[in-house]
Amino acid sequence: MLRLNCPWCGPRDETEFHYGGQAHVPFPADPHALDDRQWAEYVFYRDNPKGPFAERWMHATGCRRWFNAVRDTATYQVLATYRLDEPRPDVLSEGGNR
Amino acid sequence: MAEPTVTDTAPGPAALRRSPLAHLADRLRDATVTGPRGVSVSEWPYTTMLSLRVEPGSAAAARIEKCLGAALPARCGETAPAGPRTTLWLGPDEWLVVAPPGTAPLTAELHEALAGEPGSVVDVSANRTVLELRGPAARDVLDKGCPLDLHPRVFTPGEAVSTQLGPVPVILWRTAEDTYRLLPRSSFADYLARWLIDAMGEYARPEVT
Repeated sequence: MLRLNCPWCGPRDETEFHYGGQAHVPFPADPHALDDRQWAEYVFYRDNPKGPFAERWMHATGCRRWFNAVRDTATYQVLATYRLDEPRPDVLSEGGNR
Repeated sequence: MAEPTVTDTAPGPAALRRSPLAHLADRLRDATVTGPRGVSVSEWPYTTMLSLRVEPGSAAAARIEKCLGAALPARCGETAPAGPRTTLWLGPDEWLVVAPPGTAPLTAELHEALAGEPGSVVDVSANRTVLELRGPAARDVLDKGCPLDLHPRVFTPGEAVSTQLGPVPVILWRTAEDTYRLLPRSSFADYLARWLIDAMGEYARPEVT
């Protein structure tokens, strides 16, 4: 079980949260200028790194707020959690990034 | 809060209403355990509840705090009692004002205090019901299904948090040393009450060591 540190409520069990996919995927500035391929890449294409990955989470049974977390996809270690208006912190996995 | 009052003698539509756990009242009473491992559960029906959303620190929030008679809680877990009402923290810009049945909900006054600024004041009394769990074994019962640390050094009387009990999302409010109030959605109340009755059963028998 993951334990996530909600920026508003503190550490809670994973069962209280919903997962929201990759974080920091900006909506296109001018969606009408995109061709089908670019639109499909915006909607469907996501990074799949081995190591630290910034993702969105929502504290469903707590404060019901979205926030971001950096999680190591190989070790499941949650390296940092931060509010949506904060930049991604520069964190490294234990033993360095793969 | 005073003792639970069922206002089925009240005139008008109030006489027709039925609390979410009215059909389990007998079973809740029969589940009472006395003695050093005692625990009991009862429903506090028709509690007045108000959903309040406003930007904290804004002028509208200051007017609302004046109207409520207490500062809005700023942190997870905090509550702000003021007269018959208590304001519970639900989120960074969201609160629940809880008051005994029949209390004037203040909806109009708070709506006026908001004065058109971003936010909302909605009476949500029918959204949830209140279960009160009390007794020396109350924390042991909750520990069976709540992922939070309920030790007094972490969760002190007067604190309230949104969490889960078993699979049911609830607001868990510790009102006194051995007294907890659970606020599930009305549609989950039946399941939660049966879950609690089952969890309380073992305390009626001698402790297995």
